[in-house]
Order: sequence, then C-alpha cells, then structure tokens
Amino acid sequence: MSAAAAIPSQHWELVPKREGDGELLEVAMGPHHPSTHGVFRMDVVLDGERVVKLKPVFGYLHRNHEKIAESTSYLGSMPYTDRLDYFCSLTNNWAYALAVEKLTGLQVPERADYLRVITAELTRLQNHACLVGFLLQDMGASGTPLMYAFREREKILDLFESLTGARMMCNYMRFGGCRCDLPPGWLEQAKKVVDETPRFLDEFERFLTDNEILMARTQHVGVLRRDLAINAGVTGPMLRASGVNYDLRKVDRYGIYDRFQFRVPLGDHGDTYDRYMIRVLEMRESVKILQQALAAIPEGPIIDPKSKLRGLRPKTGEVYARIEAPKGELGFYLISDGGPKPYRYRVRPPSLVNLTVLEDMCLGHLVADVVVILGSVDIVMGEVDR
Amino acid sequence: MEDIKAQIESALPGVRLDILPNDSPSGQRSLLVGNAHALAVARFLRDAPDLRFDYCSNVTGVDWPDAELTGKVKVKMLLDGVEKEFEEVKKTVRPGFLEAVYHLYSMEKKHGPVILRLRTGNRTDDNHLPSLTPVWRSCEFQEREIFDLFGIVFDGHPDLRRILMWEGFKDFPMRKDYVEPDDYEYEPTAHDEVLAKARRQFPPEAKA
Repeated sequence: MSAAAAIPSQHWELVPKREGDGELLEVAMGPHHPSTHGVFRMDVVLDGERVVKLKPVFGYLHRNHEKIAESTSYLGSMPYTDRLDYFCSLTNNWAYALAVEKLTGLQVPERADYLRVITAELTRLQNHACLVGFLLQDMGASGTPLMYAFREREKILDLFESLTGARMMCNYMRFGGCRCDLPPGWLEQAKKVVDETPRFLDEFERFLTDNEILMARTQHVGVLRRDLAINAGVTGPMLRASGVNYDLRKVDRYGIYDRFQFRVPLGDHGDTYDRYMIRVLEMRESVKILQQALAAIPEGPIIDPKSKLRGLRPKTGEVYARIEAPKGELGFYLISDGGPKPYRYRVRPPSLVNLTVLEDMCLGHLVADVVVILGSVDIVMGEVDR
Repeated sequence: MEDIKAQIESALPGVRLDILPNDSPSGQRSLLVGNAHALAVARFLRDAPDLRFDYCSNVTGVDWPDAELTGKVKVKMLLDGVEKEFEEVKKTVRPGFLEAVYHLYSMEKKHGPVILRLRTGNRTDDNHLPSLTPVWRSCEFQEREIFDLFGIVFDGHPDLRRILMWEGFKDFPMRKDYVEPDDYEYEPTAHDEVLAKARRQFPPEAKA
C-alpha cells in the first residue's frame, strides 16, 4: 500500500504542509544495504527525514531449518544448529543439547559442564565485542573499532579452532556431554586470552564510552520502555538495558551457573547508549565467570556413558529448554513420538522476537538513526530467517 | 498445574480446560484451552496478581494429521457359560487437527513455564484460532510464522501476512503432508531419469 495513495487526491491541497515537500516518501532499505547485517529489508515511510512507519521484511535466507531437522536424526541437526546464529555456534549447540538431555534424562558430567560454560562465555565475549564494533561501523566510524574487536575475536576463534577443529561452525557439544577433551596447553592459552581481555576492554572504553560522537548519536535514541520490552518478549542485553532484571543464567541456573559469582548489569534509560554499555559490562562479567571456571575445572569424563550417538530414540513426550544466548533467550522445543527423528523441532530465535519492537523504537527518529537502532538490536539473519 | 487450573476455573466459570500429560523426563505438562475462552484465559494468566505470566516466550504450531490409534480394550465375554475377560486390540481413527503452543513465563515472579495449547477443528476449513497478540506483543511475528508455515488463521491478529515465504506462495511447508514442488534447476545430463524429468517439467510442445 502506498502511503501517498491513502490521501484522496481531490483534497490534496488540504493536506497540511509537512517537513520536506509535503509528500510521504516510501523507501525500501535493503535487502542489500551495508547496515542491515545480512539480507534484510525495512520498508520505511518517511516524512522528510522522520520515520512515520517501518515494516521489517525478512525471509530472504529462509531454508526451513525446522523441516530439515524433522527429516533427520536427532544428532543429524546438531551441526545445522551452528548455522542459525553463525556468530555463536557454541551456545546454539548448548541449547539444543540441553533440550535433548531434558527429553531423554541424560546427565552431563561435571567437566563437560565446565567446558560448556567456558566455551559459551568465550562466545559471549566475541559476540559482544563484534556487536559493538559493528554498531560503531553503522555510526560511520569506518573500520577501526570493528578491527579492534576482530583482533580480540581472532584470539578466541583460535582457541575454538584448537579445541573443536573449526573456527565458527564448531559442532562441539553432544547429548550428555562434549565431543572431545581439551588439547594440551589449551587451558593456559585460554587463561592468557581471558586475562588480557580487561585491558582490551579498558582500551576500547577509553575510546568509546565518553566519546562525544557516540553519545550524541546514541543517547535518547531508540528508547525502549520497560513494560513494552516485557510484553513484546524482548530478551537478552536489550531487555536488561531497559532495566528488567531477567538473566536466564540467574533465573533458570541451567548447567552450573549457580557456582559462579557474577552480577547482572542493568540499564535504566533503555536507549541505544544503554544497550551499548550493557554489552561492555556483560563482557566484564563474562571475564569473571571465565576466570572462576578456568581455575576450577575438574578432571573427569566429558560425556555421559549412557549417551548414544546413533539410534537415539527418546520416549514419547515434549520439552522446551532455553538458555541465555548472547542475543537473548534461545529455546528449543522438541516433540518426540518415540522414533529416531523429532516429530516437531522448533527454534525460538531471540533475534526474530527482538525485532518486534523495531518499529516502536524507530518512530519519530531520523532515517540515519534507524541504522544505529537496528545495529543495537544485534540480529543475525541466519537466525531470524532460519 | 492443577492449582493454576483451579484458579482459572474459579475466575472464569464455563471455561474448558484439560491437562495433557507428558511422559518424558522433562515432565512439562500443558493446558488445553477451549478456543472460545482462550483470550480470557490469557488475560487472566497475565494479570492475576499471584500468577503474572507477563512474558510469552515461545509460540509454535504443530501439525497432527489423521492418525490410526491402536489401544487395548478389555472386553468381557461369555465363553462356555463362564464370564471371562479378554483383551482386544481396537483401532480408532483420530481426526487430524492443527495446534498452537504457547510457552508462558513470568519475568516478575520468575516462574514458569505454563504451556497453553489451542486446537483447530480440522486441518482444512475449520482452521481458525483466536490470536493472543493483543495480550502479548511477542506473539506477533511468531503467529505470523505459524500462519505462514502451518496455515492456522489467527482471528484478531493486527497484521496477518506471510512472513518467511513470499506473497503468493500457496502451500504450507511445515505440514506433514507437504510435498516439495518439482521445480529445481538442474544440469540436463544425459541420464534417462534426468531426461524424463526434463520432459515432464518442460514438455517439448510447450517450447514451440
């Protein structure tokens, strides 16, 4: 529907003069646009430079992941979960493994739980660092902050590579444990990387947090109210930037998160600056968790001896399991009919649900701010479209 | 779960509720709600001061086609003048339906999940369900996705369009009886089955 066509033409001269030349302008931002983090389109209606309407359009990367998973075995879709949110393959693995473990009653050994926490928090570190880099890139700080973030990410990806054999598509976890144990010297290397991270964060923050341009572009831009955030199911750092204390690591205490001391940072304005700040603070908390976990990891088996790789047939039933992925609540919903394939397999994608409020955050802002607001949502199209 | 059911029943008389069992170790049982009262039940769960399920996390659809259920039924029969009990295998046909599943949590009280299920009458024409988007905004995109992939029509949804598939697409890909269309591009190698497929796809007379 064209917005200009909604105004009857015989009363054209009665339409009050607006900013610009008085006409609404419809712009399709995307699907190929440097700021859309993939193949994503926003149909924006503009009055001058102000946004009066915004509809997100997606589906360009849709490959029906759920149908593919329903036509293969339980283990067969484990590598496929890597491709959902391709920045955070290890947390995707964990969410899926957790769902199947709840469905079958498998117990995870202690060492495997520590390995999961360590890899998940490393994933969170690199995801948040890159997000901040991309956000600055969207603001026009071309390249430099992103390369600073990528330099750190590279160290973490090297750790993933020596542990799992792959830098991004790790495919590391199995039902009831992990695939392989740590290679020699890995813990020392990881400790070194983790201990260097606060210095990187200090440097990063010295350039960014008090930066005048960053403050001007982000403060009071894209404010998300607390009650709307809850009602719209927004999760993750975006929700906590709006001041809601809801972190699944504290609420559900899945895995062994009850053993670690860490705080949940909260924002109180809910604007883009808070969403940036929450990510930086969460990285510092992740460093704390990592230091505790790397010091306390015990020896022992890494997989439940009852776990079968092939021919897994859970009993009839269903389960919903969720974890705190770097982008928000990542959930897997499985229904088993007793066969070797899941009867129903559903991914609850945090990126997709967080986009529900994109229009509410953008209304009334300039079109240049839309880019920044979208950058602060933290989406990955592989997960939005599945 | 029984407690929540009793609370809803006392607040909303005449509501149809059933608890569905779950045999798996997860033990997450769900609440089957009659469609006529679904919106009222959702509002009650969100607003009741000691429940406060203010966060609808996951919304999804499930397709249950017609299925033949086999169950053992005990039958009493007279055999040689003595009454005996026999087990008889009885087959019943369960008519198919589509299902929408809602996972509710509470951010305020930090409890959950409560799982709501709504069922349509059948899989063809009686495929309408009340939309819960007026209660929880988080259902907006997820209900659109169910409409897109399963073909459940949500009455009262503000913007019910296809979300992942393109407009003009006819079928519902997540249904169990969906057949992939035979329209892939391929390299016409000189194998018999490939050539046969090519003739099916592009009949020779159509070229002229």
